[in-house]
Amino acid sequence: MTELASLLQGFQVALTPFNLTLMLVGIVLGVIIGVLPGLGGANGVAILLPLTFSMNPTSAIIMLTCIYWGALFGGAITSILFNIPGEPWSVATTFDGYPLAQQGRAGEALTAAFTSSFVGALFAVLLITALSPLVASFALKFGPPEFFGVYLLTFCAFVGMNRGAMAKTVIAMGIGFALAAVGLDTVTGQLRLTFGTQVLLKGFDFLIAVIGLFGIAEILQSIEEDLAFRGKNAKLDLRVVWNTWKELPRFWATSLRSCAVGCLMGIVPGGATPASFMAYGMAVRMSGRDADRFGKGRVEGVVAPETAAHAAGTSALLPMLALGVPGSPTAAVLLGGLLIWGLQPGPLLFIEQKDFVWGLIASMYLGNIVGLLVVLAFVPAFAAILRIPFSIIGPAILVICAIGAYTVHSSMFDVYLMLGFGVLGYLLRKLKYPLAPLVLALVLGDRAEDAFRQSMLLSQGSLTIFVCRPLVATLTIAALMVMVAPALATARRRARTGGA
Amino acid sequence: MSDLPQNAEADSPAATTYRTVELAVAALAFAFGAIVIADSWRIGARWAEDGPQAGYFPFYIGLLVCAASAWTFWSAWRSRPRGDDTFVTHRQLRQILSLLVPAVLYVIAIRYVGIYAASCVFVAYFMARHGAHRLWTTALVALGLPLALFLMFEIWFKTPLPKGPLEALLGLH
Repeated sequence: MTELASLLQGFQVALTPFNLTLMLVGIVLGVIIGVLPGLGGANGVAILLPLTFSMNPTSAIIMLTCIYWGALFGGAITSILFNIPGEPWSVATTFDGYPLAQQGRAGEALTAAFTSSFVGALFAVLLITALSPLVASFALKFGPPEFFGVYLLTFCAFVGMNRGAMAKTVIAMGIGFALAAVGLDTVTGQLRLTFGTQVLLKGFDFLIAVIGLFGIAEILQSIEEDLAFRGKNAKLDLRVVWNTWKELPRFWATSLRSCAVGCLMGIVPGGATPASFMAYGMAVRMSGRDADRFGKGRVEGVVAPETAAHAAGTSALLPMLALGVPGSPTAAVLLGGLLIWGLQPGPLLFIEQKDFVWGLIASMYLGNIVGLLVVLAFVPAFAAILRIPFSIIGPAILVICAIGAYTVHSSMFDVYLMLGFGVLGYLLRKLKYPLAPLVLALVLGDRAEDAFRQSMLLSQGSLTIFVCRPLVATLTIAALMVMVAPALATARRRARTGGA
Repeated sequence: MSDLPQNAEADSPAATTYRTVELAVAALAFAFGAIVIADSWRIGARWAEDGPQAGYFPFYIGLLVCAASAWTFWSAWRSRPRGDDTFVTHRQLRQILSLLVPAVLYVIAIRYVGIYAASCVFVAYFMARHGAHRLWTTALVALGLPLALFLMFEIWFKTPLPKGPLEALLGLH
């Protein structure tokens, strides 16, 4: 029961008036970021990361995670009201959310989305509370080979999941790895890929890449698609909330399944986007005769992806804290923050920085409750942002992105780079290159390589180290299976249809 | 308040097809991979006694990128009817450039006039170009946004951003 005591102490850390204020500010900022096209959770956190350097780490991470919760909530608003998913994982929410709004049931859809988000997140936080000490003690067995095994599993999971475009996933990931290698090699002290230039010496910062690839690219796409953000009023009085709440318990099975999928996807760094799609697909498949009614405005079609996305988004923080492996792009950005504050994520974090870890976990409970109340109360106000025409909001986002890029290293070169990444991101997105592996490789590339080379130093250059230790062998085999399994399933399906 | 026209000229002629862009991006990725391979080879990409040399990993990453982009190039080349779909129409391209060109100028201008003055002009230009806003609305946003950012970054968060002659004149350095 030491965990419970630690958690209570965590509540004490999180429940100071200062931290509560930060939570509220974070949620509001997060929802604004989630609603605004071009600013997602990952870039919201990335842009605001430098601003928190002067705070103490616990307060800073509380504010940043609350921005993240807020962004998750906010993404649903635009998906439902305008069919514009603010985040990749809200895409599945548009399938039934937008038809509901068209039928004048926007309030119902929004309430269902917010409540499911809350349920998913709560489920994941309970899981984190119960499992993180376990994962931590398990993680103490981790040496360089095991870390490499986890990284391998992550990358293989990504390659396996994007089975439509394997080659494109490899290209995106390879670009990320190569960009991560630029600069000083920490093992040998050699300069890699700098071509004698000064600016490349410090390497490519993932924040710049994220702001460009996601933020600027989104603006370019919005202007290309002539997005004029004129929407309807989202009328949301408490009666709608209450009526929807009475309906929601009927979907307990869908909700539970989505929670499970979400948590699994969050811990194995699959991310919220695949989780939301998987949960939606499962809800459709499990509904049997009612399957046709999905996509035409079913509350269940909003519940499933929102629950899973939030469960995944929240549980993604568990591997980040316990292993130092981010489960989502936003977790990757938060991880960068931890490193900047001098906190080395990993098993030792739970021992050396107890206050920080449990304060963070406590803030997840509080942050989500605060978040639910805020979004339910302020939806009409947030939706009003979308009535600001693109001709105002577009340049404002660009200005904010430029500032975000500049503040990372106080370097103008980074701002130019951001624009370059923006154009790249626009092209890659339109050509259906997955961007998440690129960002993931950029963040983890150096660490994966270091882990590999450290293992090689341990084993004096022998690769057998990756199969001889039981834990790393399991990870390696799991990684290979994750990569191969979707291909096998496709082959089997093809064989079956071929035979019939 | 008229914003961007919606679905006007939906049948604007195609500027490029998916295939062209697909081929170009694959070729760029290939070139990128080749550069990575070349530089990695230069610093040593072999397997030494104690494991890989500094260029070992990037070398194979480069190879992978080259192989995958060659494959993408080839499959784009073959994608006959589907690859001919429009990537961007002329109108869309104009739209994008109408944002991108000012954005590039804006970013260059930051170095010379500071981020606040540049932002003011950029926002004002964009609002005038893309929206039919009243003069005072434009002025309010174009002046208000940099001012709000100035307060937020310079005063509250104590994060200095690029400043130019205007700030020097006002004694804000």
